[in-house]
Amino acid sequence: MSTRLAKGGRLIDRTTKLEFSFNGKRLTGHPGDTLASALLANDQMLVGRSFKYHRPRGIVAAGPEEPNALVNLGTGARHEPNQRVTTTELFDGLEATSQNHWPSLEFDVGAINNKLSRFLPAGFYYKTFLFPRAFWKHVFEPIIRKSAGLGKAPKDRDADRYEQAYAFCDLLIAGGGLAGLQAALIAGQAGLRVIVMEQAAHWGGRAPVDGVLVDGVPAGDWVEATLSALAKMENVTLRARCMVAGVYDHGYVLADERVADHTPGDGRPKHRLWRIRAGRILAATGAIERPLAFAGNDVPGVMLAASARDFVVNFGISPGDRTVVVTNNDDAYLTAIALKQAGLDVAAIVDARDNPTGPGVDKARALGLRVASGKAVAKVKGGKRVVGVALCAQAGEGTATEELPCEAVAMSGGWSPVVHLWSHCGGKLLWDESLSCFRPDAARPPLNHDGSAMVLALGAANGHFLAGDVLADASQVAAEAVKLAGKAPGHGAKVATNPLEGATMAPVWVMPQGAPVKLRSKMWLDYQNDVKVSDVQLAAREGYVSVEHTKRYTTLGMATDQGKLSNINGLAILADSLNIAIPEVGTTTFRPPYAPVTLGALAGESRGTIFQPVRQTPMHGWHEGQGAYLEPVGLWRRPFCYPRSGENHEQAVHREILNTRDNVGLLDASTLGKILVKGPDAGRFLDMLYTNVMSSLPVGKCRYGLMCNEQGFLSDDGVVVRLAEDTWLCHTTSGGADRIHGWMEDWLQCEWWDWQVYTANVTEEYAQIAVAGPKARMLLERLGGMDVSAESFPFMTMKEGTLAGLPVRAYRISFSGELSYELAVPAGHGLALWEALVREGAALGVMPYGTEAMHIMRAEKGFIMIGDESDGTVIPQDLNLDWAISKKKADYLGKRGQERNHLVNPDRWKLVGLETLDGSVIPDGAYAAAEGVNANGQRNVEGRVTSTYYSPTLKRGIAMGLVKGGMARLGESVTFPKVGGGQVVARIVDPVFYDKEGAKQNV
Amino acid sequence: MSKAVSALGGVSFEGFVTVREMGPLGMISLRAKPDVKGLTAALKVAAGLPEQRRIVMDGDKATAWMSPDEYLLIVPYDGVGKAMEALAKKLEGQHHLAANVSDARAVFRIEGEKADQVIAKLCPADLAQMAPNEVRRTRAAQVAVAFWKDETGYTLVCFRSVAAYVMGLLEHSAQPGSELG
Amino acid sequence: MLTLECPYCGVTAEETELAPGYEAHLKRFGPGSTDEQFNDYMFARKNPKGVHFERWRHAYGCGKWFLAARCTATLEVFGTYPAQVGAPPEDIIAKIKARRPEWVME
Repeated sequence: MSTRLAKGGRLIDRTTKLEFSFNGKRLTGHPGDTLASALLANDQMLVGRSFKYHRPRGIVAAGPEEPNALVNLGTGARHEPNQRVTTTELFDGLEATSQNHWPSLEFDVGAINNKLSRFLPAGFYYKTFLFPRAFWKHVFEPIIRKSAGLGKAPKDRDADRYEQAYAFCDLLIAGGGLAGLQAALIAGQAGLRVIVMEQAAHWGGRAPVDGVLVDGVPAGDWVEATLSALAKMENVTLRARCMVAGVYDHGYVLADERVADHTPGDGRPKHRLWRIRAGRILAATGAIERPLAFAGNDVPGVMLAASARDFVVNFGISPGDRTVVVTNNDDAYLTAIALKQAGLDVAAIVDARDNPTGPGVDKARALGLRVASGKAVAKVKGGKRVVGVALCAQAGEGTATEELPCEAVAMSGGWSPVVHLWSHCGGKLLWDESLSCFRPDAARPPLNHDGSAMVLALGAANGHFLAGDVLADASQVAAEAVKLAGKAPGHGAKVATNPLEGATMAPVWVMPQGAPVKLRSKMWLDYQNDVKVSDVQLAAREGYVSVEHTKRYTTLGMATDQGKLSNINGLAILADSLNIAIPEVGTTTFRPPYAPVTLGALAGESRGTIFQPVRQTPMHGWHEGQGAYLEPVGLWRRPFCYPRSGENHEQAVHREILNTRDNVGLLDASTLGKILVKGPDAGRFLDMLYTNVMSSLPVGKCRYGLMCNEQGFLSDDGVVVRLAEDTWLCHTTSGGADRIHGWMEDWLQCEWWDWQVYTANVTEEYAQIAVAGPKARMLLERLGGMDVSAESFPFMTMKEGTLAGLPVRAYRISFSGELSYELAVPAGHGLALWEALVREGAALGVMPYGTEAMHIMRAEKGFIMIGDESDGTVIPQDLNLDWAISKKKADYLGKRGQERNHLVNPDRWKLVGLETLDGSVIPDGAYAAAEGVNANGQRNVEGRVTSTYYSPTLKRGIAMGLVKGGMARLGESVTFPKVGGGQVVARIVDPVFYDKEGAKQNV
Repeated sequence: MSKAVSALGGVSFEGFVTVREMGPLGMISLRAKPDVKGLTAALKVAAGLPEQRRIVMDGDKATAWMSPDEYLLIVPYDGVGKAMEALAKKLEGQHHLAANVSDARAVFRIEGEKADQVIAKLCPADLAQMAPNEVRRTRAAQVAVAFWKDETGYTLVCFRSVAAYVMGLLEHSAQPGSELG
Repeated sequence: MLTLECPYCGVTAEETELAPGYEAHLKRFGPGSTDEQFNDYMFARKNPKGVHFERWRHAYGCGKWFLAARCTATLEVFGTYPAQVGAPPEDIIAKIKARRPEWVME
């Protein structure tokens, strides 16, 4: 059983106890513990069930590479699935539950899959569930979804808060181990702006665990001294609990800081996502130990040798009274020695190498440990925990030569540099034969904006595994980085020594090398995704030669783990099966993030009321106070209608329309784009921008205009007002203001830069209110201050003055077809003017109306709406707007585009009015059916509806649409089939349904 | 005449810094090329001619450099009309555009020892590299802003319609306990 | 996410402060041009793997459009320059040549 040793544990504080629970069991640990060490201290070796076969799984690693021990943390609004116990710091009251089991961790029905494992080979889903097709959705998928998968997604809204922050530095150092801290000293002293980030809560990496001496003092002491030296440098920032997740173009780095994971509910942000722009990045990310592939290497109690050492040294944990160490390299000897020195029994060091020599071997033997050389593990005995191992010859086929009872197995298959950050932006790797690993190829780094190396790898991440080499490499690489930044490098530590200097390894990919399929099908490569040696071999036999395909087919290296333990072993098996060298197989692509980043951190502040900017007009609060139903228009929220008690939206809209037609209505039109255009060439410029002529517009007059893109398609419309001899005000659609302003600036800056024109987007300077209806003039008269008579203020003119004592610019323009004034007032007075209109209009029956009433009223008048009648493929000529297209102008934006042959084709669908024969409303988006079928056997079409409404004014369905032949077919009928059967027949009529003469608006 | 109101009515928030909506301020956007005759004199309507990306301040007036042919003049709200008249006079006959944008903006003050941290959570700008009196136009989360620093804190300007959003951002970023350390 | 220095205001802006604007140095063809000329202007855009000239707008900054010469494969930036030119300036060409001796201007 695993337990807490009586002494030891450099990271824990034994004087304080913390209570936590696992699957409801109340347990205790100490500050400094990870959840992993605390579980092991309580003999909780079984922590989860595997993904596919529901095999019992325990803790394999001690860091973020842990594939098995994922748990649900917290409950309710603080529930988080898939949390690694090895990176979860223990806190008082922590609640964890295991995942992926039913009904319980100890007894899991899904474990039947394990017995059926030979029926669940690689690519099982692809092979099995092809037929019958209908079974997939209703039979296979629900079963798979229930039995497979990791943690459950939280149901409640996250109770925690998250944030993001930007940071800038000359040098970002990822990793606070020996290499990272050494580099920080060198760069910090050089005066560079340095940020050092360490994913763990503590600094120093492996060096203090491994008994490294730095400049003659224990590594732990050196780390403390170095940290205090760095803390004194103003140009150096240290951040622990902060994982560099990804490296992107031009030195952009994302890092996830676990600010308050270990202090939940203390008011601090749970995570903070750092968005860093670094001049250069140093990847001091260390290395990850590889498992060995032997039968039963996933039984709880089998763990990585260095991780076992971490548990002993850092947390005072015994992984078991008796441990078998299995290795192909010297590093695992440190574990055997550490276990022995902690007073634990090491049954044997099973070394696959025939005749291992070196300081580790000597020291182990000197301690009286048995070294079984040339041996392998034939099989791990035990189900929910290790009870022993059977040994065999590594060179053989697995015949057991002896059995060793034990409670834990510490394995080491060698080390792989953490090359993720090097690789994210395209850094290339080379295969190191002597270390059997991929390491960064310094000649092919990822590139920065200036073509220099953006990332430099150092230390273990650069393939230097022994402390002396790590330090020397870190010094050299850091000095290089400092020089690249144009500074002189400072000084770090001089020498470091590892107790095993001179260590070696021999590649071992399968144990024993001649293992038959029975053993190979119990050798796990990818613990998290339940991929075995036999699966990769099967994929190779079935023709998978690309590593990327093999990954997807077998699921090797997928999910939250992304193959941190399994990648190299899997590649080696694939290479062996294909009979090619490992570098020929290559690696799968390393993509960010290095380890999962919680969605809360990625969302940052973008939640709730600040999920996205909601643009508000000055009258927004009034609308809300009236219970207006708001609709999004771009980022604006506009009142769709103002329902009164007992009214549905449709009834409200109809009331608003009838009231506007009979009395007077108010529309908040503040969202309309307003762009000032001024200068000696402004008229010429607007003549290029609009399809009609704006330069001839007299001062004080208004003119409706259309804008097209260069392809000729209608892009925006609005009323242009000439304010002065050299100044025009262009109104755009609500969603179009920024786009059209940008479009104007584009042409002025990049094409006609010698034209003297300035623009200013003054959209938000003004609140704008449409006062529409037969009593509109009476209402303005009641406000007082401006002569609004028909004689002094005719249709399509502008007037500046005061109304209700406020500075107002008024336009006599109408989008409703009624007598209408649009009043622009500085935004700070917008609400005051609106309230004055409501107050003074009460006796006249004034009511606010929303966007839907506006839409219907404009449709009754046959006015087009950008986005309804236009969709980016419609030219103004399609909409019978030829009257707004100048024939005289030699050029305007879109003119050449409109001359293209398919746009002058007489068969183009053109705008018509549609009146249903039975008075009903044509469904939105309906197509008009024509005779015959097309090449695909679908019914031919001859048009489509663009706007369709029930008109409360006319008490019938009205619509506009684009129909082949257009108005030439006046009086003809077209048929619109309905979804779900039936059809509506409509007669082609004039699109102006209401007051064609304009008698109502021009009074 | 009723008094013009700022977008949020002068709301404030006490976090690890103080956030306060100011205004309304008088603001004029002036488009003119730097070599326009009379520009230097015209900008005296506010606080004179700023260098590239700088703001010059003079009491309750300021001029900010916004782009190679754009200046933001800040004057008391009630003085905008006069300032506009003075500009028109001094730049008469010269190609320029002066627009009153006093009501188109919302202005915030962020004050406190760690005011820079609030900005650093929202804006992709390297604050440590900013020169004294430098104006930075950038974005805060999802909207355009401009800000500058003085002895007591930062002034941040955004569009009026997103004032509530920006206030929400600032409150979120200034929450007690969320200091960047 | 790339960074570019705006040649108008001198700010090194990141991509989120910029708006892209496709190929630079296009010559506009209006009325009177042939279908082929218009097609080339409107639709036939270069998409090289390597040196490319692009339009960018400092949208969240000074609002100016500028041009950038960069490598689409490595994301190296050779330089940025004001938009009021019909062709890349000499110093930009020289910077590209220094780094890509084999490159020839199309």
